[in-house]
Amino acid sequence: MNFTLRVWRQNGPTDPGKFEEYPATDIPADASFLEMLDIVNEGLIQKGIEPITFDHDCREGICGMCSLTINGVPHGPDRGTTCQVYMRKFKDRDVITIEPFRAAPFPILRDLAVNRSAFDRIIQAGGFISERTGAAPDANSVPIPKPVADAAMDAAACIGCGACAAACPNSSAMLFVSAKVGHLGLLPQGKPEKNRRVLRMVRAMDNEGFGNCSNYYACEAVCPAGISASFIARMNREYNFASALETVGAPL
Amino acid sequence: MTLDAKIPAGPLDKKWTNYKNNAKIISPANKRKFKILVVGSGLAGASAAATLGEQGFQIECFCYQDSPRRAHSIAAQGGINAAKNYQNDGDSIYRLFYDTIKGGDFRAREANVYRLAEVSASIIDQCVAQGVPFAREYGGLLANRSFGGAQVSRTFYARGQTGQQLLLGAYQQLSSQIAAGNVKMYPRTEMLDLVLVDGHAKGIVVRDMITGEIRSHAGDAVLLCTGGYGNVFYLSTNAAGCNVTATYRAYKRGALFANPCYTQIHPTCIPVSGDYQSKLTLMSESLRNDGRVWVPKRREDCGKPPHEIPEEDRDYYLERKYPSYGNLAPRDISSRSAKEVCDDGRGVGPGGLGVYLDFSDAIKRLGKRVVEERYGNLFEMYQNITGENAYERPMRIYPAVHYTMGGLWVDYNLMSNIPGLHVLGEANFSDHGANRLGASALMQGLADGYFVIPYTIGSYLTEQFGKKKPDVSSAPFQEAEKAVKERIQRLLDVKGSRSVNSFHRELGKLLWDKCGMARDRAGLEEALARIPELRAEFWKNVSVLGQGETLNQSLERAGRVADFLEFGELLCRDALHRNESCGGHFRTEYQTEDGEALRDDENFAYVGAWKYEGDNAEPTLIKEPLVYETVKLATRSYK
Repeated sequence: MNFTLRVWRQNGPTDPGKFEEYPATDIPADASFLEMLDIVNEGLIQKGIEPITFDHDCREGICGMCSLTINGVPHGPDRGTTCQVYMRKFKDRDVITIEPFRAAPFPILRDLAVNRSAFDRIIQAGGFISERTGAAPDANSVPIPKPVADAAMDAAACIGCGACAAACPNSSAMLFVSAKVGHLGLLPQGKPEKNRRVLRMVRAMDNEGFGNCSNYYACEAVCPAGISASFIARMNREYNFASALETVGAPL
Repeated sequence: MTLDAKIPAGPLDKKWTNYKNNAKIISPANKRKFKILVVGSGLAGASAAATLGEQGFQIECFCYQDSPRRAHSIAAQGGINAAKNYQNDGDSIYRLFYDTIKGGDFRAREANVYRLAEVSASIIDQCVAQGVPFAREYGGLLANRSFGGAQVSRTFYARGQTGQQLLLGAYQQLSSQIAAGNVKMYPRTEMLDLVLVDGHAKGIVVRDMITGEIRSHAGDAVLLCTGGYGNVFYLSTNAAGCNVTATYRAYKRGALFANPCYTQIHPTCIPVSGDYQSKLTLMSESLRNDGRVWVPKRREDCGKPPHEIPEEDRDYYLERKYPSYGNLAPRDISSRSAKEVCDDGRGVGPGGLGVYLDFSDAIKRLGKRVVEERYGNLFEMYQNITGENAYERPMRIYPAVHYTMGGLWVDYNLMSNIPGLHVLGEANFSDHGANRLGASALMQGLADGYFVIPYTIGSYLTEQFGKKKPDVSSAPFQEAEKAVKERIQRLLDVKGSRSVNSFHRELGKLLWDKCGMARDRAGLEEALARIPELRAEFWKNVSVLGQGETLNQSLERAGRVADFLEFGELLCRDALHRNESCGGHFRTEYQTEDGEALRDDENFAYVGAWKYEGDNAEPTLIKEPLVYETVKLATRSYK
């Protein structure tokens, strides 16, 4: 297959950046999108042009490192990661526009690679259960109903890629934050810190410059882990409850 | 040089207890005086950094990914073993220990493996307390599944994403320690050298992958948790960034590299489809719980659609050859059997390099819904990659490089022969012998990080009281930094015409052909002659564009491939010297009449640890004899 790529090239964080056009020729239909870029990069190296920088690692849809916006959609067609997009999804001679994830809290490092440490800082603000190694009781001492464990797993499946924030017109990270709030808040082990957690994580999210949710659901539409936007509603409820407690000075 | 594994005295089941009772402990007030550098943030690194941070040590943790949450442990699918015996099916610490020793073809150290089995149960407790959403029964208790090489159900799992959930648990605990100020995290930072001060590991040289800055970090001890070297084969199930650089640099500084030839080829991966391919995707071994592996009995049937081949014309070769374990035969055996039937011309799919993994019986027995619940995400992944629906048509699978049992040599304390240098998880050699059983990698990574190193590091650190603290402006650091900078400049200065990737691919293909699932003397000698030529060509003709002082992915890759080009030789050398077949190391000259691995316990019941002697000299082999006090060496049989 043959394609024309319009690729965002940006030499560093302060460079203004621009689109460059490159042909992608003789691409096997079974190649993944990233393998297509590998082939294009090989060609660029032969011509003495610096290859396109893009983040990737596991190439099996789980690490969350890949972060391309393809034809305006984070991770491209279908609801999976960039690495799980296969070229057979495109038509021969398509023009494909490739940009980095666009969100102010994700500054561009180079070309298509962005800095997503903001997500790490949100987790550091409270996305954990404080538990010291060695202090745990027997794993079966607290039964957890299967539907609850399953729902927690649905939320825990988040891969932290940032597509939700990149897709949202408000650059909201609420799907990401609510997935962690939901995962830990649903489990009995996460209950003791529930109120503190939601307040801290939401505030950290605001501090990083992510916007609010205004119910576009673009996040859910692109989420490769299939996280439901209903977790945002759940988080709002938890947040309101915790804020009310805080306002009246009740113990959190 | 002789190797002392420092195995505690006493009967096998009391060694760890005795060790802990007598371990040297550092008081909380003194812990904060020690800085520990943890390289890698996978299961071993994140759990070690978090736990040691909690205890009060000052921790600096480094990873090459943009976040510690992305380390490749995240990709593990199937599960984690633990001797909980929640199924009341006869499991015990001893049984898990024995299965692991036997699975490793009697080439692992008894005491380490027993300790692993002993702490396995605590790992599950720890993870549940962290909020890892393991699969549960309707009554609310934990569910288990069975895995290869075991006749009990001891594997805990979180859908097909167990590694992800365990890593996120460790990552979250690490995050809490970063927030508490006990751990300083350095993402997008790659270790390029180890620094020794008076023969002790006291620091590392790193490259900031965003700015290209080369700098040193000093500490009282260094923990390498940098994973395996499967990517030396180019195509593997590892992440693209996985590399041998940290451990190989340590090797060049004097750490011994043990058993590099023990590499694991995983039987259930999606077959290779073309030259452009950058990675192979694993389909979890858990699929073999319900899937049946077969190929046509007759070569002429290979081209037919699978549903047109009647039952009596199918060869369920694992069930036929290993009736008691059947489709759950261990990985090395299953992989080799797949190769055998494909070599016999009975493989299916493009190039005849594939076998069927068929779920039609399971769907009949359990219903599609149950199969979907157990393996839904794997079926989806398969369909996405191959365009085929595995509910309707059997999956095609083929073995691929997956894990490496070899690694830096460590003693019972997880310390290498370099004082202060500790090695955890896949990066060390210690627990899996010549073949790892499924669901044991997660167990080992977390055991090392949560429950072993917090007890054993004291043995080294208590001897460091009052010693001069290492200083990054001192000569050893300056020299190491200078060497790192010069090497980067040399890579940039070659200005040749071949891409880094093309060298990597050529090396990988050579190793897969000559040192893959089956090895022989002639092939290994060929590889040993070819690798130095390829390496010489690399240094004459590689093209690395751009500069060192920016984000430069070609440069990152070039450094890693340069190390693979040296390491590949060590791998083949080890494979050539080991004149026996065991586990993942199958030398065609050494096999039984029915094609099983033929061990030579008289001459090879030892750990082969290699000592670097210089770039143009052959490494020396140092042997640690494997002494079995409890287990009797037996021929491994899964029949």
